[in-house]
Amino acid sequence: MKRRNFIYLTGVGAAAAMLPAIPVWGNDISPEQALEYIDPAAKKILSDVALNAAKSKGATYTDVRVGRYLNQYVVTREDKVENIVNTESFGIGIRVIANGCWGFASTDKMDKDSIAKAAELAVAIAKENSRLQAEPVQLAPQQGYGEVSWKAPITKNAFEVPIKEKVDLLLSVNDAAMKGGADYINSILFMVNEQKYFASTEGSYIDQDVHRIWPTFFITKINKETGKFETRNALSTPIGKGYEYLDGRPEDKIQTASGTLYKGTYDMLEDAKQAAVQAGEKLKAKSVDPGKYDLVLDPSNLWLTIHESCGHPTELDRVLGYEANYAGTSFLTLDKWKTGKFNYGSKEVNITADKTEVGTLGAVGYDDEGVKCGKWDVIKDGVLVNYQAIRDQAHILGLEHSQGCCYADNWSSVQFQRMANISLQPGKKPLTVADQIKNVEKGIYIVGDGSFSIDQQRYNFQFGGQLFYEIKAGKITGMLKDVAYQANTQEFWNSCTAICDQRDYRLGGSFFDGKGQPGQVSAVSHGSATTRFNGINVINTARKIG
Amino acid sequence: MPILTQEQAKALLTKVLSYSKADECEVNIEGSDGGNVRYARNSVNTSGGVSKTSLVVSSAFGKKLGVATINEYDDASLEKVVRRAEELARLAPENPEYMSVLGPQTYGPPSPTFSQTTASVGPKERADAVEKSLAVAKKNQLTAAGFLENSSGYSAMMNSKGLFAYNTSSDVAFNITMRTADGKGSGYATRGYNDFGKLNTEFDTDVAAKKALSSVTAKAIEPGKYTVILEPTAVAVMLENMLFDMDARQADEGRSFLSKPGGKSRLGERLVDERVNIYSDPWNPELPSSTWSGDGRPQEKVSWIEKGVVKNLTSSRYWAQKTGIKAIPRPDGAIMEGGTKSLAELIKGTEKGILVTRLWYIRSVDPQTLLLTGLTRDGTFYIENGEIKFPVKNFRFNESPIIMLNNLEEIGKVERTVSAESEANYLLPPLKIRDFTFTSLSDAV
Repeated sequence: MKRRNFIYLTGVGAAAAMLPAIPVWGNDISPEQALEYIDPAAKKILSDVALNAAKSKGATYTDVRVGRYLNQYVVTREDKVENIVNTESFGIGIRVIANGCWGFASTDKMDKDSIAKAAELAVAIAKENSRLQAEPVQLAPQQGYGEVSWKAPITKNAFEVPIKEKVDLLLSVNDAAMKGGADYINSILFMVNEQKYFASTEGSYIDQDVHRIWPTFFITKINKETGKFETRNALSTPIGKGYEYLDGRPEDKIQTASGTLYKGTYDMLEDAKQAAVQAGEKLKAKSVDPGKYDLVLDPSNLWLTIHESCGHPTELDRVLGYEANYAGTSFLTLDKWKTGKFNYGSKEVNITADKTEVGTLGAVGYDDEGVKCGKWDVIKDGVLVNYQAIRDQAHILGLEHSQGCCYADNWSSVQFQRMANISLQPGKKPLTVADQIKNVEKGIYIVGDGSFSIDQQRYNFQFGGQLFYEIKAGKITGMLKDVAYQANTQEFWNSCTAICDQRDYRLGGSFFDGKGQPGQVSAVSHGSATTRFNGINVINTARKIG
Repeated sequence: MPILTQEQAKALLTKVLSYSKADECEVNIEGSDGGNVRYARNSVNTSGGVSKTSLVVSSAFGKKLGVATINEYDDASLEKVVRRAEELARLAPENPEYMSVLGPQTYGPPSPTFSQTTASVGPKERADAVEKSLAVAKKNQLTAAGFLENSSGYSAMMNSKGLFAYNTSSDVAFNITMRTADGKGSGYATRGYNDFGKLNTEFDTDVAAKKALSSVTAKAIEPGKYTVILEPTAVAVMLENMLFDMDARQADEGRSFLSKPGGKSRLGERLVDERVNIYSDPWNPELPSSTWSGDGRPQEKVSWIEKGVVKNLTSSRYWAQKTGIKAIPRPDGAIMEGGTKSLAELIKGTEKGILVTRLWYIRSVDPQTLLLTGLTRDGTFYIENGEIKFPVKNFRFNESPIIMLNNLEEIGKVERTVSAESEANYLLPPLKIRDFTFTSLSDAV
């Protein structure tokens, strides 16, 4: 994940510093305009113009993405609405192979001449660059699907909910937090709708409607006497759902030692109330004694560790060196995979890549190069068995087909390999969160995500959290602060000893996974159940300045 | 749409404003042309041409604001975008912090932000520059991964109170990672310029190549507190986290590293070593930047830290009015005053220490102390008796830029550098720091 200029959207400093870039591109529109949907037949006509123009200039392969990207953000603090953003970005991106080399161009001028010119430019760029190419692009075979479509199975389109209802929700959340003792609260509702149409010279015309939502807040509580402050962020997750995510159904709530946690739907008001109290408790919490602890990690914390230490190192473009100059490479090199025995984690550890799981951020019918999406094992019984690949990489793994991991964050961005939903499978034996805690002699129970950092080959990481509870002899004895855990990926996953069962399986995720140059973001989910890791190094992060 | 001249921009914006029926209206326009090439595994990977332009209309009725954007410039489209902004303003909830648009402002003389050489760069010039970089990789039998991007454009704004501002600018970014074939050595270099003519991809790739070749067979040494020499790009990622957070409201509200008990801030207090002077200056010839900010406020030469004392904080116009301070906008880039010693001289004067090429994946751990974590990367070396002795394995650090600037040993000569995290450009020196805290080792190369 990557942090960028998001902070400027709200003017929030400290609390939102965890948040990365937010692409506020596109044209501002009225909320009603977001409900218009472009007829696929019209998009097919535009796509065919590009396909034909590229072919006539010598392209041997072309794909076209006609994209309409809608964002709505409602931003508030305390009793004020700071910003309401409605944007639409509409245009066409054309990718070609000519002289065995990729070329790409895009335009938001949607007349036939401009589209044809963009297609010709893509071919010209491919030809110019082919002199710098070591070997020609090799694409895995891909059947054409004809005219097909996919829609996210949402029940309430967030863009149909009146702005006033959203503003009222956030202001009521803020009010509850302030009444509960918060000194400051910033709350934000992010909503995204990608309406994307893919066409290629393989004979696919794919229309897809993707929805995502993320309600979140940042609470600050200050001790006026000491000047110390603590923050507590929302325990919601970005998710591939509609407004129904905010239903906060009683059956979706899980009670643990940290209060209420959420599975599938989210009760924002309830979480804000408990957060205000917990921010105050954090101010009084005991500063952690550094040392080795058994960690019991809630899915709201573990998702980010999975993302960084398994999701990224199993991306094949990183393994091969395509990200060497920016995001980095990977310790999970091909020679380790080829042995068929590389011990990534303990035998409890089963991690899957899945582009189809309902409600996940990465779920689509087809990826951005027209490949039908699926599910596969990445780590099986602790052993590295597979990666995440796209069409021009599949041959390297000896695969006959792409795994469907291609994505572009906008029509104007070139698609490339992005992370599938990477999830830790729940344990097979019945095990609750309470059981996990009961079995720990000296440990820390961690809820929510915090600071995160990992090296460029994904060996050494450090993670924080929102809430830390000390466990002594199977019992929670109180709250801790100044906690961060540091580990080596392989050692960490080999110290995994117990995973709660399916009943505790929950999603976390990111709206803003950053990669590529120029940088692109991608949304991805990570499922897990509460998991125990033995003997992990915990550091104390308290310092004094001035 | 080509780059508009000042007169063309003025005519267009005057026309847009003529359609306004709101209490207040402000129009911003910007456009740019450019392109990029990305390469990896000694071969071009992706590339593209980027041309974009947008016109943003902000209309206000009382304290209700609406914003609309368009990228078509015929009369009907321009009138439509003004009407849309006004519709949105009528629907918007009142913002009690809304500030009326500024009247005409006086800006300093134009800053040399634009280069015609950069504006003339096309796919061929980019491919030629990359070819030179790839030749260095071939010569040294190394694997290159790099990125080259250039853009040129203009921005202008006008409002219903008569404010008008205009600027042109161009930017070039180049960064390169060289790795040995066995994956045991890695080196990095990054450059940013306004003028493409200053870019020397061969020279920078050579710097990265030398670091890659000399960083193989890295030894593991114990983590702990070490004297370090941070190269300017490593200094950039530490200091920008401090500079981004120098906001008056955050400090006054009690939730920043500059907050003090009782609702006060540390403005005017000594925060770091008295040799530290950090400022911004739109007219610096090595780091020119716009003389106005996006809301029309003048960008002036501002001292942020002078002799170790916090001199100024950025502020929104609302907060400045409420608290009676000057509303200073966030600057484009920053400059730290340097010394006279080169990096080589700093190394020569070091008995024991670690040379750090680059720091990476920097994240805030504690906003109260500005504690940051991250890792060294792409060239970390042990120094003994004034010489680089051997490469060392990478470290994770946990350190605050405030503590770091209090543990200052020496300041080197300033150069233009780029943050590999934010991509912002700065003029910064290499710094020698004592007791820099490395908390664990990383196997990453």
